[in-house]
Amino acid sequence: MKDAGHLLRIAALFGAGVLAFLGLRAYFVPHSFGQYGHYRGDAIAEIAALPIVHAGHQTCETCHTDIFEEKTKGKHAGVACEACHGPQAKHTTDLSIVPAKPDAAVLCAQCHGASGAKPKWFPQVDTKEHSGGLICTTCHRPHSPSLRGESK
Amino acid sequence: MSVTRRQFLTLTGAAAVAWEYLMADTPEQSPNYKMTDHWWGMLIDVTKCIGCGNCVRACAQENDVPEGFFRTWVEHYHVDDWHLENPVVESPDGGMHGFPVVAQGTGKDFFIPKMCNHCADSPCTQVCPVGATFTSPDGVVLVDEKYCLGCRYCIQACPYGCRFLHPTKHVAQKCTLCYHRITKGLTTACCEACPTGARQLVDLKNPKDPIHEFLRTHSVQVLKPHLATGAKAFYNGLDGSVR
Amino acid sequence: MHSIPFEGFMYPNEVELQWSVLIVLYPYLTGLVAGAFILASLERVFKVDAVKPTYRLALLTALAFLLVAPLPLQLHLGHPERSLEMYLTPHRSSAMAMFGFVYLWYLMAVLVLEIWLDYRRDIVMFAQTSTGWKRWIYRGLTLGSSNISERSLRIDDKVGWIITVIGIPSAFLLHGYVGFIFGSVKANPWWASPLMPVVFLFSAMVSGIAAVMLLYQFTSRVRKTPVDMRCLDTVAKYLFYTFIIDFSLEMLDLIQRIYVADESFRSLDFMVHTRLWVSQVVIQILMGTVAPIAILGLAQVYKFGEAVRRRIYTVAGWLTLVGILAMRWNVVIGGQLFSKSFLGYTTYKMGFATHEGLLPALALLILPFLILWGLLKLLPPWTEQKV
Repeated sequence: MKDAGHLLRIAALFGAGVLAFLGLRAYFVPHSFGQYGHYRGDAIAEIAALPIVHAGHQTCETCHTDIFEEKTKGKHAGVACEACHGPQAKHTTDLSIVPAKPDAAVLCAQCHGASGAKPKWFPQVDTKEHSGGLICTTCHRPHSPSLRGESK
Repeated sequence: MSVTRRQFLTLTGAAAVAWEYLMADTPEQSPNYKMTDHWWGMLIDVTKCIGCGNCVRACAQENDVPEGFFRTWVEHYHVDDWHLENPVVESPDGGMHGFPVVAQGTGKDFFIPKMCNHCADSPCTQVCPVGATFTSPDGVVLVDEKYCLGCRYCIQACPYGCRFLHPTKHVAQKCTLCYHRITKGLTTACCEACPTGARQLVDLKNPKDPIHEFLRTHSVQVLKPHLATGAKAFYNGLDGSVR
Repeated sequence: MHSIPFEGFMYPNEVELQWSVLIVLYPYLTGLVAGAFILASLERVFKVDAVKPTYRLALLTALAFLLVAPLPLQLHLGHPERSLEMYLTPHRSSAMAMFGFVYLWYLMAVLVLEIWLDYRRDIVMFAQTSTGWKRWIYRGLTLGSSNISERSLRIDDKVGWIITVIGIPSAFLLHGYVGFIFGSVKANPWWASPLMPVVFLFSAMVSGIAAVMLLYQFTSRVRKTPVDMRCLDTVAKYLFYTFIIDFSLEMLDLIQRIYVADESFRSLDFMVHTRLWVSQVVIQILMGTVAPIAILGLAQVYKFGEAVRRRIYTVAGWLTLVGILAMRWNVVIGGQLFSKSFLGYTTYKMGFATHEGLLPALALLILPFLILWGLLKLLPPWTEQKV
């Protein structure tokens, strides 16, 4: 076999390559890889730890109980606080951050502006015809949108 | 708002406890969350969607979604008569600022919210060459942004168009089902913001979940069932024209 | 985002194309590798002696293109520094993950090994006769062994034969899996087809054979040596036959699509008639397939003189190379021009001096020829030094 010596050399080179690869693998593959499946197990915890931006209505309700009570009695019972007020997680950690009051002239029409595309059961009006130019909150209470002066 | 001082002190205490719970760092730290106890999905009730775009805005704010890309979006369909094969569809800026007013005409109009379907047999996780995108043990398809190569094979493989490449991070991104919220007992940002309950999170492993009950008692569909993706975004009232 | 014009309806995230011209280049380059190698194997395994003058040239061409092939991918990746992950944690369900290993296998265990074994005698001779820095390169390449006895060369020949035999399915795998990367994407009806790997492979063989055919004529002219017409005619004959198979496969795909007319058909049909008209119908089909088949076919039937045949082969070769590049373009770019809702179409905005633009693409097309030039200087295919 002495005439095949060069083949042994190249085989040795390949062998060294395989060993180098295995070494790289041991060094570089992240420790938590394969913990739950073919991915980095730590990624799950990292994603779960991302910052929360919307506080969620349960948190708002722990403090703002009177508004909560008013809301549950009316048609906006199912509308979460942040649906109109925007994300308020910052407000819960720093009460000095007070959210801006939503602009009723713009906000109400986003949902309640009439359109042929919206489902028929949903209360919607042509805002200009409906109020003759008055802002919605002139007559409607935003948290419970029955007309002001009514008991509900 | 009128609150007495005593009430205020009690409430801030309660809020602090609630906040501790919210800010818990990992699923393990938030008490009682075991991944294998849950199998997450979403119900989208088309009959309730009013196209307000709240969900698109809330998601963008909650997840720092770059402008021009969408982790969720809403489409407006117009179907003439029986022509299910030729709907007219639009999604101006993903529906983020609602939709232009449409005069009542002939034909059907409706809104279809779209998002990642968190497929049980996900074609996107199948093609990822390195294991940067995966299905968590609780059924949420996630992207490991520290591992993603940015090869974009997953974006090609998704039949629903829900993935995109982040323009500055250069990794694949998509809806995470607000994993950072649902593992702490909150609902997703889009469900929170939806005023009509058209979007509702569902835990398919929880028999007492009322939305799970809804799925058992109503006719629901998934998008592109012929591709057998095991999609877990269920649509109630889905028209045959929807792509 | 949408400085990119689109018509109809597209899902908001699919307006901008994800896979650029660089991803068009990758199958083109690996296709040339596979095709050149198959041509080389014709002589080595199938004993088609006529093509022997192109044997070493074909191997070096394959190597030059194979070395450049990963570069478009690296430029395309969002995080090229993480590309080692494909070797460290390959996801076995992903066709793309298997790329790293198939490529490495083909490069090291097939191509480099075969070239080394075939050239070993020359390398040892050069190591002894050359001077300066070149001498060190040759000495390194000998791996320290200067044994070029008859017996060792016979062993080399035998091992080389085995490697070529393994190399043929390896070459099929190298390029066939690229077809599978596209063909297995059920979300995309322009790509999803069991025919895709086969079409890719045969078009690869056509492009590789055409490339070697052109390179052989060119290098002969530069060296001022006469072209072996028996060789060239045989290469052209194999090009012709392979082209017939390639054309049949593509026509089968087309006819099937038109006949079955599934949900995606109207949208794809519209796309071909509008956005892909020039690249698909004019360049790929008419100029790039029908025309070369026609003139090569003529050369098979009529006994043209040598000069006319050489001219025909040159023209056919160039048309083929352009046509196969167009085919890659039509598959990769075409597959992203239509919406998966089948209701809309977008546009591909190719940058120029951006990292996925036209300039790097052109540079990557030219680079293999520069490398080949270097290889031809280092390992000349035609210098046979008699012991």
